[in-house]
Amino acid sequence: MIERRMADLGAIQRKLARRLRFMEVCGTHTMSAFRSGLRALLPPEVELLSGPGCPVCVTDDDYVDAAIALAQQPGVRVATFGDMLRVPGREGSLEQARAAGADVRVVYSPLDALEDAQRAPSRRVVFLGVGFETTAPAVAWTLRAAEEDGVANYSVLCAHKTMPRAMSALLAGGETRIDGFLCPGHVTAVIGAAAYDGIVRQHGIPCVVAGFEAADMAEGLEMLARQILEGRAEVEIQYRRAVERTPNARATAILAEVFEECDAVWRGLGVIPGSGLRPRARFAAHDAARVFPDLPRPTPRAPTGCRCGDILRGVMTPPECPLFGGRCTPERPVGACMVSSEGACAAWHRYAPPPCRRTP
Amino acid sequence: MICPLLGPAAPDSLDDGACVPAPGEHLVLTTDSYVVSPPFFPGGDIGRLAACGTINDLAMQAAEPTYLTLGVILEEGFPLRDLARALQSLAGVLAETGMRVAAGDTKVVERGKGGGLFLNTTGLGVRRYAADGRVSSAQPGDAVLLSGTIGDHGMAVMTRREGLRMEPQILSDVAPLWGMIRELLEARLPIHALRDPTRGGLTSALCEIAAASKTGIRVRERAIPVRPPVRAACSLLGLDPLNVANEGKALIVLPAAAAERALAILRANPLGREAAIIGSVEKCPAGTALLETAIGGERQLTVPLGEELPRIC
Repeated sequence: MIERRMADLGAIQRKLARRLRFMEVCGTHTMSAFRSGLRALLPPEVELLSGPGCPVCVTDDDYVDAAIALAQQPGVRVATFGDMLRVPGREGSLEQARAAGADVRVVYSPLDALEDAQRAPSRRVVFLGVGFETTAPAVAWTLRAAEEDGVANYSVLCAHKTMPRAMSALLAGGETRIDGFLCPGHVTAVIGAAAYDGIVRQHGIPCVVAGFEAADMAEGLEMLARQILEGRAEVEIQYRRAVERTPNARATAILAEVFEECDAVWRGLGVIPGSGLRPRARFAAHDAARVFPDLPRPTPRAPTGCRCGDILRGVMTPPECPLFGGRCTPERPVGACMVSSEGACAAWHRYAPPPCRRTP
Repeated sequence: MICPLLGPAAPDSLDDGACVPAPGEHLVLTTDSYVVSPPFFPGGDIGRLAACGTINDLAMQAAEPTYLTLGVILEEGFPLRDLARALQSLAGVLAETGMRVAAGDTKVVERGKGGGLFLNTTGLGVRRYAADGRVSSAQPGDAVLLSGTIGDHGMAVMTRREGLRMEPQILSDVAPLWGMIRELLEARLPIHALRDPTRGGLTSALCEIAAASKTGIRVRERAIPVRPPVRAACSLLGLDPLNVANEGKALIVLPAAAAERALAILRANPLGREAAIIGSVEKCPAGTALLETAIGGERQLTVPLGEELPRIC
């Protein structure tokens, strides 16, 4: 089945007689393509790039510094998903701060953080709100619950981002040359496939929403290539069992109730207008950026040589980075793409077979 | 961190056991501590685990288990009938293997200062056959055999701890492997490397063999036997069966020409009924284990990093 799709994809590419470059923008796609071995089956002239789809990887250094500063304040506990722990900020990571005595707790859901705050009213609990449209609704729910139930000691340091504007910004930057987007299944289950209509209209490149099994991704890639062959640029859904053109009403309702759009800083992409979410004024008492006014200001930092930004924009692949596998490894990461298990560099480092001529 | 503090070590001491020179004999020594939680789990208990773990470490050095020392660390208040139950299962395994306890020690620690029951066993074995099973001895042209299904032990412990009910229930595979390995050795098969894929699972064992022997190991995902409930529990908990611990399985690496004979011997043993040839040893890429995935792609196998594993052995 997958072999046939790959053969069809190869045939289309040969008919088009040019290299095809597709980009996925979802950490789960990145991992699945490596883990299943799908990447190794791609036709030689078809490339699958990993864009800014890993929420940890696109989180700016200054955010990490702010989170560490919070965790170091007496009486404050920072609650976070585990992936953020090892991301290096200017002076170490949350994990190092924790070892030095800062109060950092790994949780599996923002609800755990809210309950933690309810149990210990004297402690201020700050949840690190990092993630796309998939994680933001649950965080929104805790903000509303904290507001309604008067949990005064619960707040969120918000760095939520939305995907479609980042995809547009990538293309508008001009550096990233791709022939189509393999759009994220889970994010699109929330926002609806119509969210990509603007990209298709404005940039004339196809978008296909794909599921996460190797077979889903293979079919999605073939659908992208077929659109190019037939001279179409449309939003198509491969992942029909979960995604519709319209958004999920409940998830988008709570997002709209709790959050408003704001400009957001993406690592490697810079500021993208309107691509972030921040709590509305009604929830100011639970917005850590307002509750703690003395957070460290963004500061310029010494260059590390890290090329995460180029990798997230798809202008460089991980092994092309001079630090990859040498100064930057999963054990001692320099950049966020190597820290997160869903980061392109970490996935590449972990799963890509080293070069080798197969013995007969 | 610990090794450098202990000064010069006996040769081979980073294998599962070290061969100690003694006039006329090749003695193999190994030690292991057992802290599994809970101490009783479907298919076994900490006593059976403490006996099997050490017997298997000796078996993987092609050494016949002879004597065992037993250290017991007991938390005040641990029910004595549970201690008796655990020690009876340990004794049962020793009797089956012909191993005897040579020395022992028991300490009781204050309540709250220990996890119920901890055991330490040190095993002494004698190497009587030509093979030594060292992981560095794998060679290009070898076949890689696995003695049965993977993931059973780790998932038996984890599903018990998480309160997951799987149907059929997952049982630990904890079992002493010496009998089966002896059959291979007595058949004079030219065994190069032996490894039991315990903590870190099949992935770690394959990576260790590839690294120590500076060879490239390729295994086929489709050839690796996994029971359906183990696969289901793994996917529920987000785990890869290849990384989950086993306590009654062996990897056997030997020349491809001898693979079918070895497979027949394994399958004739009750512990090896589901044995399979899962891959081969090649020159390149040296030091790396590769997986041919179920869909026919390829990826590298790497030991999972910094994953917080609960106490499973």
